[in-house]
Amino acid sequence: MAMSEKKEKETVTKTDPEDVLELHDLKSWFYTEKGIVKAVDGVNLRIPKGKIVGLVGESGCGKSMTARSIMGLLKFPGRIAGGSILFDGKDLAKLGEKELRSICGKDISMVFQEPMTSLNPVLKVGRQVSETLLVHNPEIGREEARKRVVDMFGKVGIPEPEKRYDSYPHELSGGLRQRVCIAMAMICRPKLLIADEPTTALDVTIEAQILKLMQQLCAESGTSILIITHNLGVVAEICDEVYVMYAGRIVEQADTFELFDHVEHPYTKGLMASIPRIGKNPERLYTIPGVVPNLLHLPQGCAFCTRCPCATEQCRTEKPVLTEIREGHWSACFLNQAKSE
Amino acid sequence: MKQIVKRLLETIVVLLGVILLIFIMLRVVPGDPVTTLLGEHVNQQTIDRLTKTMHLDRPILEQFFLYVGGLLRGDMGQSYKYNRPVTQMIMDAFPYTLALAIMASIFAWALGLILGIFAAVKQNRLPDHLFMGISLFGVSMPVFMAALFLQYLFAFKWKVLPLKADGSFLSMILPAIALGWNSAGSVARITRSSLLEAMQADYIDTAKAKGLLGRAVILRHALKNSMLPVITMMALQLSSMLSGAVISETVFAIPGIGRLATSAIENRDMPVLQGTVIFTTVIVIAGNFIADILYSVLDPRIRKAA
Amino acid sequence: MTIRRRKELVRELEQRSFSADASAENPGAAENGAKEELASQIGEKDGIAERMLRMCRQNKLALVSAIVILIIILLAVFAPLIAPYGEAQQDVINRLQGPSLKHLFGTDELGRDVFSRILYGSRVSLIVGILPSLIALVIGVVMGLLAGYFGGAVDALIMRLADIMLSIPSLLLAMVIMYTLGASTINLFIALSMINWASIARVVRSQTLSLKESEYVEAARSIGVSSGKIMFRHIFPNCIPSLIVLFTLEVPSSILSESSLSFLGIGVQPPAASWGLMVNQAKQFLFTQPWLSLAPCISIMVVVLAFNFLGDGLRDVLDPHMKNS
Repeated sequence: MAMSEKKEKETVTKTDPEDVLELHDLKSWFYTEKGIVKAVDGVNLRIPKGKIVGLVGESGCGKSMTARSIMGLLKFPGRIAGGSILFDGKDLAKLGEKELRSICGKDISMVFQEPMTSLNPVLKVGRQVSETLLVHNPEIGREEARKRVVDMFGKVGIPEPEKRYDSYPHELSGGLRQRVCIAMAMICRPKLLIADEPTTALDVTIEAQILKLMQQLCAESGTSILIITHNLGVVAEICDEVYVMYAGRIVEQADTFELFDHVEHPYTKGLMASIPRIGKNPERLYTIPGVVPNLLHLPQGCAFCTRCPCATEQCRTEKPVLTEIREGHWSACFLNQAKSE
Repeated sequence: MKQIVKRLLETIVVLLGVILLIFIMLRVVPGDPVTTLLGEHVNQQTIDRLTKTMHLDRPILEQFFLYVGGLLRGDMGQSYKYNRPVTQMIMDAFPYTLALAIMASIFAWALGLILGIFAAVKQNRLPDHLFMGISLFGVSMPVFMAALFLQYLFAFKWKVLPLKADGSFLSMILPAIALGWNSAGSVARITRSSLLEAMQADYIDTAKAKGLLGRAVILRHALKNSMLPVITMMALQLSSMLSGAVISETVFAIPGIGRLATSAIENRDMPVLQGTVIFTTVIVIAGNFIADILYSVLDPRIRKAA
Repeated sequence: MTIRRRKELVRELEQRSFSADASAENPGAAENGAKEELASQIGEKDGIAERMLRMCRQNKLALVSAIVILIIILLAVFAPLIAPYGEAQQDVINRLQGPSLKHLFGTDELGRDVFSRILYGSRVSLIVGILPSLIALVIGVVMGLLAGYFGGAVDALIMRLADIMLSIPSLLLAMVIMYTLGASTINLFIALSMINWASIARVVRSQTLSLKESEYVEAARSIGVSSGKIMFRHIFPNCIPSLIVLFTLEVPSSILSESSLSFLGIGVQPPAASWGLMVNQAKQFLFTQPWLSLAPCISIMVVVLAFNFLGDGLRDVLDPHMKNS
């Protein structure tokens, strides 16, 4: 016990100049009538410059809320209840609306899950992209903005970019719409791109193209990516580092290869096992038993203990803390921690 | 284009239905219109002559086609009471009602949009509750109450505006507000709910993520989307506004269409009542049709399909 | 709502069954409205009574409105016991008196006690508000079910008829009916019932259309349950929440129509008392005895406002996705 407390994660409490964005003990809580829902409860996360970081978990685990907290998009009755979001020497959690908006779109941008609904149906797509440009650089003028948008459309692989500028969203396919969204996010060459399930709504064949595109564009402009997904396949494809999230907390963290080679946390193991693999008997596809616990009534101990195949009495009564169990590999599980000692 | 034609055909069917319905309803009235018109003590010859000119001796369906034929030529028959062409009477009255309706609409739309947008922006805070309370008061207030209230205060007590309408702009202000007050409440409520719905959409998050500030998000992204249901509402309001015009015109003694209809009932003047109701309904149907076209112009999804 | 939309919802729910328990209170998953829509589409929802109780707890304005309506109904029922004077009891010597202890709201041009007449008038206003709305509800439900369930020519016919009724300005339509039938309270019932069914039919039709495609209706049809039974046993109960809301909002509009017609002198006929008629008679004394007009006007407004607030509150809990119209 005493040992694990000493080894508690303290390294990320000071800012590293190599990081684009750092979350320190971020808490985003929803104050509902039935009680406080701790959608994000003490998340520490760092995104190094030029790297691609994945945030993985089941739906409802708080990964999207983490992204929305960064962009200041939490909806009522949610708000940031504590912690800090450090970007460029500023704490985004404490910035006013006006200052935050001057960063969003320019330095940090976001691609959403649903390209069908995340574009405004009554505005031309070109206008929607150039709007981003003009909001942050009003001096360049419409003509120039149009030129740059058409350029960008070409870069993201939209055929006939000049013509597509005047299209409405419903006239484009899902894949093209997501390309428009990426163009919108990348047009100001941001330092960080947050992609919230960017390929979930797309066909598998297009998924790979879109991932490649994001990877390539970001490499060109030195943009870091925070990619949020429930799909470990996506993580394996492009991520440098992975954070696994469960019930509002980070449960495991490591670089991608380390994680895939040495899965430690039982939850991550469950996620890995539930990926269908060619050659294996599909009827015996593993699923994690049970459901994500109600965030209003979390178990007293580890949030995963109700579904964990190896939960002990300690798991049910005490909350495990994220601890470094191996160089660069952190896990919030008593079993892993006991093993490493 | 195809859809517009289809919509136009539907509109014509409804229009014919309206004319038929009103035509039949007014003809099942007990009593012979000729005797109602002339009184008991006239000779048979006069009755026969009048019956003939009014086509009352023909079967009812034939009467109907004769009437529709007349409508196409702009002929709505003769008034029993005044012996003037109904079309002429309606054309004399219409400018008053038109002016009243336009002024009332401007008032209702200006006030309703402002209240609705403000309430939506300040959702669940004091201005929201206050404005929505005011709107519900507006919706719940009978037109005659607003009319009498305004007349008492502004015309009688403070004497800032004329008591009765004389055709001048100033004298139309009170009737227009009395009439528009009701619609303002509806417009405010629909604007608020539709703007709030638009504010929930994903593209609003996109707009914020782009770096747009609150007001720009609402004006550039939410408002245009939320105006679509409000336009439908505008067309629906036209109907209740023309209903209310009857009351407002009665209180302020405006010689408009509504006044024509009420006096037609008092005088048992069937052709005039028939003419005014059909004329008003044509306006409502035309308004709905225009709103549909406008809707498709504003919404690119429909525009392309059409 | 098309079958495609429904399938999407089902799929969404299936995907979420992975975390079904949590999604009940989980704000991360979806907005409240979407969740309720989802639940109501699939048929998992609180009962009507529970939701009404919830409204009473959460929406004080609706609760107060319900109490006000109850009080007004009681006053109307016991009007003869409460009213200090008879409905038409004249006292010409004391005509056009201002409000006093003896005559709370003063007396009118025939020396009748305005307060007593307001009490008696509430009977007419409430009955005219409620009864035609009920009749319109029945007609509207039948028409809507038939149109939505059978579709095709039946649907086209009924909906065109509804279009026709809806495009004639309601007051003018009522005027035509009153012209034909003659001004009386009974005829007023008929006129108002005829006006209001169309909008109810539209709502019922659209709900029927979406429910018709649901699995359980298809299942019922496949085992040979008769059309009538499907409509009234399976589809109709699902429309009840919307119908309660529609009815609550239909009543004030009927009351307003009645008062407008009576105000024009073509509704309730003297010597009966109706609030609209009282305003009609009082308006000639507007500048000398304004309270004569004020008392019935305020009464109309209180009742209408109470029903509107209650209707709004009910809509929030029973039918959150119904449009504000």
